[in-house]
Amino acid sequence: MLQAIADLYQQFLSGLPEPAATLIDFVVNLFPSLLEGAYVSVQLLLLSGVVGNLLALPVALARVSRNPLLRVPSYLFILLMRGTPLLVQIYILYYGVGHILGQVPLVRSSLLWRHLDAFWYAAVAFAINTAGYSGEILRGAILAVPQGEIDAARAFGMSKGLILRRVILPQAIRISLPTFSGETIALLKSTAIASTITVYELLRVTNEAYAASYRFDECYISAAIVYVALSYVLTRAFYFAERQINKDRLPVKALKLNWARP
Amino acid sequence: MAEPSYLELLSYGGPNGWGDDLLWGAWKTVQVAASAYTVGIVLGLIGAGAKLTGRRAAFVVSDVYTTVVRSVPPLLLIVYIFYRAPAGLQALARAFGSDSNIDLDPFFAAVVALGFVEGAYTTEVFRGAILAVPLGQIDAAKAIGMSWSLRTRRILLPQMLRYAIPGLGNIWLFTTKDVSLVSVVSLSELMNAGKQAAGWTKDYFFFYCIVALCYLVITIASMVGIARLERWADRGVRRA
Repeated sequence: MLQAIADLYQQFLSGLPEPAATLIDFVVNLFPSLLEGAYVSVQLLLLSGVVGNLLALPVALARVSRNPLLRVPSYLFILLMRGTPLLVQIYILYYGVGHILGQVPLVRSSLLWRHLDAFWYAAVAFAINTAGYSGEILRGAILAVPQGEIDAARAFGMSKGLILRRVILPQAIRISLPTFSGETIALLKSTAIASTITVYELLRVTNEAYAASYRFDECYISAAIVYVALSYVLTRAFYFAERQINKDRLPVKALKLNWARP
Repeated sequence: MAEPSYLELLSYGGPNGWGDDLLWGAWKTVQVAASAYTVGIVLGLIGAGAKLTGRRAAFVVSDVYTTVVRSVPPLLLIVYIFYRAPAGLQALARAFGSDSNIDLDPFFAAVVALGFVEGAYTTEVFRGAILAVPLGQIDAAKAIGMSWSLRTRRILLPQMLRYAIPGLGNIWLFTTKDVSLVSVVSLSELMNAGKQAAGWTKDYFFFYCIVALCYLVITIASMVGIARLERWADRGVRRA
C-alpha cells in the first residue's frame, strides 16, 4: 500500500517540469520534520496555556481584592508581565535564573537538573506570562458581572466561596471567552520565541532546515502554512466552545449575527 | 582585579560601563518602534480602505494579509521579511525600470519587517473604527454634495480617530515590545545591547533585568501618553 503511494508520487513528480518537481519533492520531505516541530509547539501551548490560565485565577482575584496587600503585588505582577517583552522574560529565566541555579551545587547534583532543559524554562516563562495577561482579562470579566447578582447571592446567605463558584466565575468565563480565544492564538505565536533558547519547536526546526538546504522561501513559507493551519484549528475550537457555552442564551442564528459585528 | 560593582557596570562609558550601550540601544528601540509604527499606520489605512471599498479583489488581498500576518508568529515574519526585503525592493525597482543596486540598511529592513506585521493589526483597528462612525453621517455628507476627499477628511477621519485611539495605543505598546524580536537579526537595539553586556560580563540575570526595566520605563511612559491622548480625543464628548 505504502509502496503503491510512493510509486504514484514518483510518477506524479516525473510528469512535472524539473523545477516544480524538485520544489514539491523538497516541501513534501520537509513536512514530517515540520510537524514534529509543530508537535513541540502545541505541547508548549497546551502546557503553558492550562497552567497559566489556572494561575490567572488567583492573580485576578487578588487584583480585584479590597486588601492592598493582595491588590498591589498583583497589579505590579500584571504590569511587569505586560510591560516587558516575552523575549526578555524568557532570557531572564533561561540565562539569568538558569545561570544562578547552575552555580548552586545542591541543584546541580539533583536529579531535576538533568531534566531541566530549555523546554521547561520556556514552558514556565510562557505560563507565568499567560497568568499576567489572562489575569488582567479575567479581572475585567469579573468586574463586568452585575453587582446586583452578587448582592442577591449574598442576600440568599451564600458564602464568599460559593458566590465565586456559582455566580461570578461562570459568568466571568462566559464574558471573557472571546478574548481568551485571541489570547490563545497570541500564545501559539509566542511559542516561536522558544526557538531562541534552543527548544526544537516549529520555528527552530525551520531555521535548521533552511541552514541545511539554503531554500529560504520553501522552508519559511511552509512553516507559515503550518502556523496558519494551527491558528485556524484553534479559532474553530474556540468558536465551537463559545457556541456550546452560550447555548442556553441565544439561538445560533442570532449568535452568528452578533459575532459578525465589529 | 576586583569584580566591578553593579553601579560601575551601568556607568556611562569606561572599560566596565555598559550604561551608554544600553541607553543607545533603548534610543534605537524607540526609533525602530516609531518608524515601524508609522509604516503600520500607513499600511493599516490602506488595508482598512481596501476592506471597505466593496471591491472584491481589494477585500480579498487585504483579508489574506491580515489573516496570514495575524496567525503567523511575528518572529518568523520578521526573519523572513528582514532577509527578503532587499531582494523584494530590488525586484520592485527593476519592475519600474531602474537597474541601480539597492543596498538596504538593516535598520530599514527591520522597520519594513516590523511595520508589515503591525500593519495587519492596525488594519483591523481602523476597520472597526471606520465602521463605528454612523453611516448616516456619510450619507448626509454625500447628500450635501461633499466630494469623497472632503467627506473623508472632514467627517470620517476625525470621528474614526477617536474610536481608533485605544486600539492604536495598544498596538504602540506591542510594537515597542516586538522590537526586541528584531534582536535575532542582530540589529543593535536595546535587547542586543543587553545580550552583549550579559555575554561579556556573565551577569546574565542582572543585565536582562536592566533591559526589562528599560522596557518597563518605555511602556509606562507610553501608557501615560496614551491616557492623555485618549482624554484629549474624548474632549467635548459626553460621558456615559
